[in-house]
Amino acid sequence: MSSMYSEKVMDHFRNPRNVGEIEDADGVGEVGNASCGDIMKIYLKVKDNVIEDVKFQTFGCGSAIATSSMVTEMVMGKTLEEAEAVTNKAVAEALDGLPPTKMHCSNLAADALHDAIKNYREKHGK
Amino acid sequence: MERIYLDHNATTPVRQEVRDKMLPFYGELFGNPSSAHSFGQEVKVPLEEARQRIAGQLGASTAQIVFTSGGTESDNYAIKGVAFAAEKGHIITALTEHPAVLQTVSWLAKKGFDATYLEVDSKGLVDPDDLRKALRPDTILVSIMHVNNEVGTIQPIEELGAITREAGVYFHTDAVQSFGKLPTNVDELNVDLLSVAAHKIYGPKGVGALYIRKGTRIDPLIIGGAQEKRRRSGTENIAGIVGFGEAIVLAEAEREEVYERLTLLRQKLVQGIGERIPEVVINGDPERNFPSTVSASVSHVEGESLLLSLDMEGIAVSTGSACSSGSLEPSHVLVAMGIDTVLAQGTLRFSMGRGTTQAEIGYLLDVFPPIVERLRKMSPLSASKAC
Repeated sequence: MSSMYSEKVMDHFRNPRNVGEIEDADGVGEVGNASCGDIMKIYLKVKDNVIEDVKFQTFGCGSAIATSSMVTEMVMGKTLEEAEAVTNKAVAEALDGLPPTKMHCSNLAADALHDAIKNYREKHGK
Repeated sequence: MERIYLDHNATTPVRQEVRDKMLPFYGELFGNPSSAHSFGQEVKVPLEEARQRIAGQLGASTAQIVFTSGGTESDNYAIKGVAFAAEKGHIITALTEHPAVLQTVSWLAKKGFDATYLEVDSKGLVDPDDLRKALRPDTILVSIMHVNNEVGTIQPIEELGAITREAGVYFHTDAVQSFGKLPTNVDELNVDLLSVAAHKIYGPKGVGALYIRKGTRIDPLIIGGAQEKRRRSGTENIAGIVGFGEAIVLAEAEREEVYERLTLLRQKLVQGIGERIPEVVINGDPERNFPSTVSASVSHVEGESLLLSLDMEGIAVSTGSACSSGSLEPSHVLVAMGIDTVLAQGTLRFSMGRGTTQAEIGYLLDVFPPIVERLRKMSPLSASKAC
């Protein structure tokens, strides 16, 4: 099927990884605005400075869902410092690129992740 | 996989009969109708026959039909043409117009013309009293579309046209979505200018026309070789024009039958969505809606992700209008109708056509509810709800 998105984006859209909520999350991050069409929420479970579990919930277009899914896959099992080094651009690259109109608004998954790490550090004084 | 096309307001497939009529003009009938020799003269007759067919559908004379490159050019020509001839003045349009009208009016407003954008009610209708109040002594043009491309609302053009005529002001309507689908007699509609396009009625892309009432003061948009009686220069798109002429005759022949069929399909679709998916709003006016179009706003999910999911099931639909896909702003039509901006983000437009079947709508109604459920489960907006 021809698509405006890469095969990798469509794969993550079709079979998103790590969807859902972590009830007793150590850190929660959220970016976006529903009236602009995108909200991304990231939940973290952290043990010994390592991301033990990460889940997402997203309201948004195909690229918003795919970038959220990809970022969770990229940081699962990584240290917080490694996760903090992941950028929106790196997420888009890992998906073999996004259409130009989607680069700004629907490519915020790393921001949501960083927000969740910030929330974790604030809560736990780290 | 058999694909299902439910985006007929964006464009339609060219009918076989139309293609067959067009092909000779890409072969032996290649002449330029402005040429005096036989190669030119032999394509002049089919050009004028096509013009007769478009004029006939509108209840107009052939001298009042100018062929263009499509609906967008016709809209630009009507509005800029009247504005340039008047040199200054006030233009009235509505907030729910197609961008081809809205952007043209706002461009003229930047160039020194005055513009008023009429509001619409929650169904998308312009209030004739609002038009009456907006008319000024210096108003030169009113432009209100016949059928809205995103939601299907049918404006009361006859009434709006009568008010405008009484004020001695020109009235333009973009009839791109209604031509060949609803009656569009220019005298009954009280219009002075009317835009149409071929590719919405199973004709080719790249051809349209503007009806211009006799005596209308309008400057040409495209000047050069004096084709179309100096009103639209450029060698005519003969193949396209011939295809347009064929398409309108075929559309008119089955117009009422297609309307009845679409009415039943629309009922099935609207009722099915209502029964199978909670929290969906159907936009538009149930009393005055063109039956090809169903605009549905689905809570807690975003439209493009619905579109992609349906595409994966072989069903082609649109979010709002095809022109604005890629834009992150909610639809200007839905915003003008007062739909909540978050709900507007979850809007899909299903637009059916002459070939749409009950079985296709049945298949859509089977695959759509689980798609909505899956995306709602992913959405933080519905996290607190068990869905």
